[in-house]
Amino acid sequence: MKKVKTAQELKRLQEEIKNSRDPEKPCITICAGTGCLTYGSQKLVDNFRAEIEKQNLKGKVEVRASGCHGFCERGPLVVINPQNIFYQRVGLDDAEEIIKETVLNGQIIDRLLYVDPVIQEKILHENEIPFYKRQMRLVFGMNGNIDPNSLEDYLAIGGYSALIKVLNGMEPEAIIEEIKTAGLRGRGGGGFSMGLKWEATRKAPGLPKYIICNADEGDPGAYMDRSLLEGNPYSILEGMLIGAYAIGSNTGYIYVRNEYPLAVKNITIAVDKARELGILGKDILGSGFDFDVLIVRGGGAFVCGEETALISSIEGRSGEPRAKYVFPSERGLYNKPTNINNVETWANVPFIINKGAQWYRSIGTENSKGTKIFALVGKINNTGLVEVPMGITLREIVYDIGGGIPKGRKFKAVQVGGPSGGCIPESHLDLQVDFDALSKVGSMMGSGGMIVMDDRTCMVDVALYFLKFLEEESCGKCTPCREGVHQMRLILERITQGNGKKEDLKTIEWMGKAIIDGSLCGLGGTAPNPVLSTLRYFRDEYEAHIKEKRCPAGVCKALITYTIDPELCTGCMVCAKICPVEAATGEKKEVHTIDQDKCIKCGACFESCKFDAVKVS
Amino acid sequence: MKTRVKKIIDKYHADKGFLVPILQDVQKEYNYLNREALNLVSAFLEVPISQLYELGTFYKAFSLEPRGRHEMKLCTGTACHVRGVPLIKDNIERILQIQAGETTPDLEFTFETVNCLGACALGPILVVDGEYHGNLSISRTNRILKKLGKKVKIDEES
Repeated sequence: MKKVKTAQELKRLQEEIKNSRDPEKPCITICAGTGCLTYGSQKLVDNFRAEIEKQNLKGKVEVRASGCHGFCERGPLVVINPQNIFYQRVGLDDAEEIIKETVLNGQIIDRLLYVDPVIQEKILHENEIPFYKRQMRLVFGMNGNIDPNSLEDYLAIGGYSALIKVLNGMEPEAIIEEIKTAGLRGRGGGGFSMGLKWEATRKAPGLPKYIICNADEGDPGAYMDRSLLEGNPYSILEGMLIGAYAIGSNTGYIYVRNEYPLAVKNITIAVDKARELGILGKDILGSGFDFDVLIVRGGGAFVCGEETALISSIEGRSGEPRAKYVFPSERGLYNKPTNINNVETWANVPFIINKGAQWYRSIGTENSKGTKIFALVGKINNTGLVEVPMGITLREIVYDIGGGIPKGRKFKAVQVGGPSGGCIPESHLDLQVDFDALSKVGSMMGSGGMIVMDDRTCMVDVALYFLKFLEEESCGKCTPCREGVHQMRLILERITQGNGKKEDLKTIEWMGKAIIDGSLCGLGGTAPNPVLSTLRYFRDEYEAHIKEKRCPAGVCKALITYTIDPELCTGCMVCAKICPVEAATGEKKEVHTIDQDKCIKCGACFESCKFDAVKVS
Repeated sequence: MKTRVKKIIDKYHADKGFLVPILQDVQKEYNYLNREALNLVSAFLEVPISQLYELGTFYKAFSLEPRGRHEMKLCTGTACHVRGVPLIKDNIERILQIQAGETTPDLEFTFETVNCLGACALGPILVVDGEYHGNLSISRTNRILKKLGKKVKIDEES
């Protein structure tokens, strides 16, 4: 692309691209986010392109490999526009049929339509599917409309309008005021006001000033930042550009997990293209404002999501946090004023500038404005990324959007906020989700992971899982976190092994409080949350493990036995065939048995029995 | 080896601020951080070898041991955990006779766990040499391992 030298030129280019696009031209959009790629959607994209070539439709039908659409459960996803026809679970060989039937002849392919599991009806359009209909896809919704490697696509949907507006004479102070008024709070976990952070960094003495985009999304079970980086990297860059201009920074960093290769690739391409167009670099759009972005790949340490650890990592050291007597806004990267915000927060900025703080304030609750993207995963029918206005209830998210629990099982809890968050039981399902309401019930917004659990999930095991994770990821600098989490893990492990003591629960509780009070950074400061919240709502499960040596959910290996129900066993011999230690035995067509002395509780028989004859107790 | 390491360092203009990416590239080149290469990095950049070891042991992405021919990564994110990954992990460890994070003595398999691949809809997930296997069960894992030459009991009919 040719370099643009003024805001007017960019505006003209935007118009040109918009006008050159025919909204009626058929466009096949294939989701190529990591979820769908895992199903093989790259092959599907290739097949569509080859088919277009073969049928001489080049220039007449557009094929677009877009970022994540969010409905990962039903991938690979294909949307055909302008009709907005939604096909799901598309086979890799379906390309030819889709082009011939749907694109050329307007015929719907019935078997690829989504069937609403509640009303058992087929749904034709993407925007009518309950999973999407109940969402408010402000930040995330653009993903489906652009090819993440095409800057033209971003410009065609009005991208960089906010940048143009800002460089056309908005004063930095006015921008900061707008963000402050909008009430945008950090989406990475802390929930601190973005505008206040910007203001502090702008006012802090010292040059140069840095801005950082925190894309070290380490929460196991959250992947919205990755999907934004992969699907719409330009909106993040636009947010950073506006932030840099307002703060007075000329250098930005994007610190991204190396485990996200596609995100690294797409943001790198986006930065290169922006540079080529002249939106990054010297004298951007003739405004005299210089700004460029460096991409730093993380080394796979959860603690690096903590801002001071992240800064340390960019400086080439191991990622250990420091006490925040002085905030990074005053002394951050290389001891200079630094502003760090998370991916999703940056992506919100262009909307506020374009549509105004008052509009943004109209979405959400009293103290939490705008939308939030959640990763709805675990024991849920519609796994995927959902963007909802703050203030929506958990019940709406789990049942209306998520479609409830698979196999008709019973909802038990939802873990919000990952390793720093807490489990929320059924009694709080009508809770209106926002920063404050979640904290009140012992959880937190965190990065927005939402893991749904059913009656086959053991809450002690889940708490132990998070402790193990945090023990491993603790950087080891401060004692409360390094030793405290370790000791808590040992106690919980003992409980799951049936060796729990009566006084254990009390010990865990005071220890948890001590770790929260004494830890240096947010990792330790929130580490006991999963344990304390499960203890608060599921104390009976802990007690069953300790007093009765029983795991009610049938998960903790030391406390369960596998047996065969003679009424249900047909003697099909599958369990005997696959049992690795020959504990399950029996003759053909006769009831099988499991030798408890030999059984290693690997669960293979339970999983493979077609008659549900293997029981866990 | 000298020229290969030098090339990596030059890519980052011999800037000490880029130690992590430099080591990432060294690991990519040699499949692990070998002593010789680390010595070279230390000499070229004039950083103490202890600092490189600090990074090498702190960050999960680095390995100081040679890695196996087949790389198996099992997702142990929360969603996969509640969908039964612990049993699958035990199963793989039993069959390969190593613990997660280790490499088999014959250098055939490196088995490790990762903290969420962000493909939660397909969980549990195992990545074998870059190929994703979703909706994993114990029997599916067994079939994968059998294909890779391990002796595993599987039920042929199912």
